[in-house]
Amino acid sequence: MIEKFLRATGSWAISILRRMGHMFLFLLRSIYYIFVPPFKFRLLLREIRFIGTKSMTVILLMGSFTGMVLALQIFYTLRKVGSEAMLGPAVAISLIRELGPVLSALTITGRAGSALAAEIGIMRISEQIDALTAMALSPIRYLIVPKMVAAVIVFPLLAAIYDVIGIFGGYFVGVKLLGLSAGTYFSQMKHFIVMEDITIGMYKALTFGVLVLWICCYKGFYTGYGAEGVSKATTEAVVMSSVLILVSDYVLGAFFI
Amino acid sequence: MIKIADLHRSFGGQTVLRGVSLSVADKELIAIIGESGGGKSVLLRHLIGLLKPDRGTVQVEGEDITTLTGRKLDRIREKFGVVFQGGALFDSFTVYDNIAFPLKEKTKLPKQEIHERVEEALEDVGLKGMESKYPAEISGGMKKRVALARALITEPKIVLFDEPTTGLDPIMLHAIHKLITDTHRKYGFTGVMISHDIPEIFHVADRIAFLYRGVIELVGTPREIRTSSDPVVRQFIRGSLRGPIEIV
Repeated sequence: MIEKFLRATGSWAISILRRMGHMFLFLLRSIYYIFVPPFKFRLLLREIRFIGTKSMTVILLMGSFTGMVLALQIFYTLRKVGSEAMLGPAVAISLIRELGPVLSALTITGRAGSALAAEIGIMRISEQIDALTAMALSPIRYLIVPKMVAAVIVFPLLAAIYDVIGIFGGYFVGVKLLGLSAGTYFSQMKHFIVMEDITIGMYKALTFGVLVLWICCYKGFYTGYGAEGVSKATTEAVVMSSVLILVSDYVLGAFFI
Repeated sequence: MIKIADLHRSFGGQTVLRGVSLSVADKELIAIIGESGGGKSVLLRHLIGLLKPDRGTVQVEGEDITTLTGRKLDRIREKFGVVFQGGALFDSFTVYDNIAFPLKEKTKLPKQEIHERVEEALEDVGLKGMESKYPAEISGGMKKRVALARALITEPKIVLFDEPTTGLDPIMLHAIHKLITDTHRKYGFTGVMISHDIPEIFHVADRIAFLYRGVIELVGTPREIRTSSDPVVRQFIRGSLRGPIEIV
């Protein structure tokens, strides 16, 4: 009985380790091809457009409403202790250190990450990836590297846009609707936000970018058979990316605090 | 040109290839026939290193590709052109870009020469004027022809065809077969083709190999296959429900 249990646990642990190793090797191969020419700049621009430019509308919407909700809730709390003047810094720090990078990453995962996993998955099941391999061309170089590099560029930029729009969303609620003075909102922010806050936010966005694209590309690249396989891969990519964003956010947050 | 020896391959406990041995001569067009799900595509994928065997060797021009990886394997792959079952065209590219892709990526030919070769290839497969169409906008038969043009554009020594006529109407089937024989004559490649098209395949291939239960049951000229007394082969080419082949 005990032996059977130990065998099952061991075999489960080995399979998990093997899968993790496989994923890690996939990441290493992708990183290797980033630095080995020929570089595919046109494909990179295409991916920046797909992951970045096409996510702008949703980022602007999400960012502004996040700032607005944040301002409403924080104002309500601050009023109780008579510190309404701290609304600006509270909204800005929450956005820059936490909510900007995390929520923009979750938004991009939902919009672009799922689409990328599905696109690569469909290329796998329709033998387009095999066709590249058969032509002696690396599918990693053509399909994965441009997406990864685009993510490294786009995630911090979108997080920054999310922060700025969120701060103006908070401004709209705090100043225009709740009657706080514009000077107080911004001047207090200037006193409390330091460069380190912005750096931490950018590090987080960068980490999330690599994580999301790694998971989504891996899941698509090694999708199962048929429509069901692609659907499963896409779901797994989004769920795993979202969980990892939050877990790594905590780890990075604890590290930088 | 290609020599397969004692090739074994299993997937999760299910044995698909049980010791396939087959030789393909230079410039020969050989067709592999056999039951659906019998391992023909698996065998073809071993020829270009898309799958690794559990045991056995695949020699291409004397070099065993089963032990090769990375650039060494890519060097062998450059000798191949492959027509995949569904065409495997890049759906974000136009017909023109699909055909030009191997030349753009694998050669340093000037743009004008690439253009001329793509136009010639399009003419060969009867698709002139379809350059700007996307794969989603063309028929199944056209896709197969584009795939054939893409496979031949680099003038490979060996061309693999994975069921190039599946799902096509009889007229298109004949058109594709004629295209394969015409291009085979024109370019002089060594061809390995998987097919279910009996008896049409007898007019296309130089030799036929019959894969049954993971081994090559019989290899011979179309005439030898047609007149074979082997009950399995006879049942298969007649499409009879009765015989040693069990219908699952």
